[in-house]
Amino acid sequence: MKVEAKLEFQTSTAPKTGADLLIDLLIKEGVETLFGYPGGAVLPIYDAIYRAQGRIQHVLFRHEQGMIHAAEGYARITGKPGVVIATSGPGATNLVTGITDAMMDSLPLVVFTGQVASTVIGTDAFQEADVMAITTPITKHNYQVRSIADLPRIVKEAFHIASTGRPGPVLVDIPKDISAGILTEEPEEVLIHLPGYQPTIRPNPFQIKKLVDSLSKAKKPVILSGAGVLHAKASAELTAFAEKHQIPVVTTLLGLGTFPADSPLSLGMGGMHGTYAANMALYESDLLINFGARFDDRLTGNLKHFAPNAKVAHIDIDPAEIGKNVPTQIPIVGDAKEALIQLIDETAGLEALEHQEWLEHLEQYKQDYPLWYQHDPHGMCPQWLIEAIHKITGGDAIVATDVGQHQMWAAQYYNFTKPHRWITSGGLGTMGFGFPAAIGAQMAAPESTVVAIVGDGGFQMTLQELSVVYERNLPIKIIIVNNGALGMVRQWQELLHGNRISESILHSQPDFVKLAESYSIRGYKIDNQEDLIAKLPEIFALNEPVLVDCRVIQQEKVFPMIAPGKGLHEMIGVKPQ
Amino acid sequence: MKRIITLTVQDRSGVLNRVTGLLQRRQFNIESISVGPTETEGVSKMTLVVEVGDGQRLEQVTKQLNKQIDVLKVSDITDKAIVVRELALIKVASSSQLRTEIHGIIDPFRADIIDVSKDSLAVQITGRPEKIDALIELLRPFGIKEIARTGLTAFLRGYQPQVNEFTAYSLSK
Repeated sequence: MKVEAKLEFQTSTAPKTGADLLIDLLIKEGVETLFGYPGGAVLPIYDAIYRAQGRIQHVLFRHEQGMIHAAEGYARITGKPGVVIATSGPGATNLVTGITDAMMDSLPLVVFTGQVASTVIGTDAFQEADVMAITTPITKHNYQVRSIADLPRIVKEAFHIASTGRPGPVLVDIPKDISAGILTEEPEEVLIHLPGYQPTIRPNPFQIKKLVDSLSKAKKPVILSGAGVLHAKASAELTAFAEKHQIPVVTTLLGLGTFPADSPLSLGMGGMHGTYAANMALYESDLLINFGARFDDRLTGNLKHFAPNAKVAHIDIDPAEIGKNVPTQIPIVGDAKEALIQLIDETAGLEALEHQEWLEHLEQYKQDYPLWYQHDPHGMCPQWLIEAIHKITGGDAIVATDVGQHQMWAAQYYNFTKPHRWITSGGLGTMGFGFPAAIGAQMAAPESTVVAIVGDGGFQMTLQELSVVYERNLPIKIIIVNNGALGMVRQWQELLHGNRISESILHSQPDFVKLAESYSIRGYKIDNQEDLIAKLPEIFALNEPVLVDCRVIQQEKVFPMIAPGKGLHEMIGVKPQ
Repeated sequence: MKRIITLTVQDRSGVLNRVTGLLQRRQFNIESISVGPTETEGVSKMTLVVEVGDGQRLEQVTKQLNKQIDVLKVSDITDKAIVVRELALIKVASSSQLRTEIHGIIDPFRADIIDVSKDSLAVQITGRPEKIDALIELLRPFGIKEIARTGLTAFLRGYQPQVNEFTAYSLSK
């Protein structure tokens, strides 16, 4: 339809621009929240956002890195793409860490960056950066819009690619003349045409049969459950399958919550700081069934010693993950939920499998070598702090963490019994992730209790977003596990670098309570266990943001541990008998 | 081991960058690469010659390439019945007295002289890379001033003999 036909109707309003069209398309995609920061090259888009008030919510962050981590937190909780808008040049390059983080952890994002006008691209114009080249290796796909007419197709494809198959970030670079351009024609409805992108959802029944066959013969089967189970929303199926056939379950760091930690079949987290039982189960198993985990090196340890006696079945929606690190005898490409449904069907007639001996053996490991730490009556143990938070939140809070020691303690001691409660930066290990990710999570789940468990180091990388928390009155509970150090770095220096503590102690720190107060946020400083127990109910009863600076014992280390280069069976710091 | 991998890709900006970037990131050496349009509008074909350590690495790179949205198809055609060609331009130092002698050398290679100047001439040759290498060696004594090679391009022959050793890198194997 030509726009002339509408002219009469539109005389009182400004003509529709590419940016207006973009906002319309976003609303059509069901986008409710934009995580953004304005700038020169996106001014036309911000004009359109101004005009679209009431139709779509824009949240102004204080740094592009903060906002993209918030979008990741939002995506992790909703399963829908987090939508980010940043300007060209520095706006775009500030997103790079978050985009890479989302790529590594398979989080759906659609990122819109402004770009200088098409006519000056390539001339080193003001705030120009080659965003396409920069983001090619860190996105699932990226686009530069060359004409307004392409916008509907590109936006539709971007959302489709980001949220289907193995999710990931998609970037759309929009030159200023495109967003400011006047729409001469109402664009037609578009269909997605992506002949090079057809993710396999339904697994090959032949491979499923092969797995069932192996399972019926296995004496020591174990399930490894990763974040693919979350994306497929397959926790219930996984739990039913494991329980029916009495198969013990190890979760990855990102897979925490996919299987209830309080189930007798749960062995906890595997990997570098996993439980002894989980790692020994992987080591001794004769059939390892991996649902949606990518055999990351922090999980496997030295590959030479990884599951040496096991036949490996790997269910993954991304064929490139199968056989990448670990030789796989039963490759199953497909969605974890589809695979589990087929497996449940296929094993329906099977007598419930008994692995009593194997389960008892693993139970003994659980009893003999549980997670442990030494209580210190004079200070606050970080592990104890996590347990206290678990208790006060009934184990049902959404927990976002940063990266480092506190992250591992949270993973070890906040026993997740439900999926979609755990937000952490796994693959990239991005400090500064946790606090803004908690903001996105709270926006996605306004009624839920959201706890940001952060270190004193990482928090200082993105704490400027306290403004957003105050502005929006997001009742996030920010728990700083403050040991005055970059704890994990210090731990490695102590254990692996001859105790040479190089640049990992934070000698001066802000007064976090005053800092919070300067953002009009209530703050507490707590340095002993009694005070924490006394204060926690009050803190968690408040329907407003609270920052709690918890001074924990500085020397505490994360154990048990698989030192780099070692195998799963070579854990150190296991509870002594 | 050296492998010939062909890719059909959508002819969109950045696709070459995407492919070469991916190979670089996963640490594969590209020996040659040639790109051009195909019989279908909007679809291009790339022929890559890459040095790959082992079958597992080869499978990984094939899958990673396949994952790219703009990549339609990836085939390792090294072990198939294929037609392989490369074109080279070779500038040889040559006085008028030597021309006949050079003619005699290049004739069996079915190469042509496509440019002549006072002290040099340009030879054009097409064929398998080994044939081009052989001619270059024969011309070297005359003094080679410049070489430009297109890199190899290839596709499957019309008839594929049935072989037991079928090297397909599929998951069903």
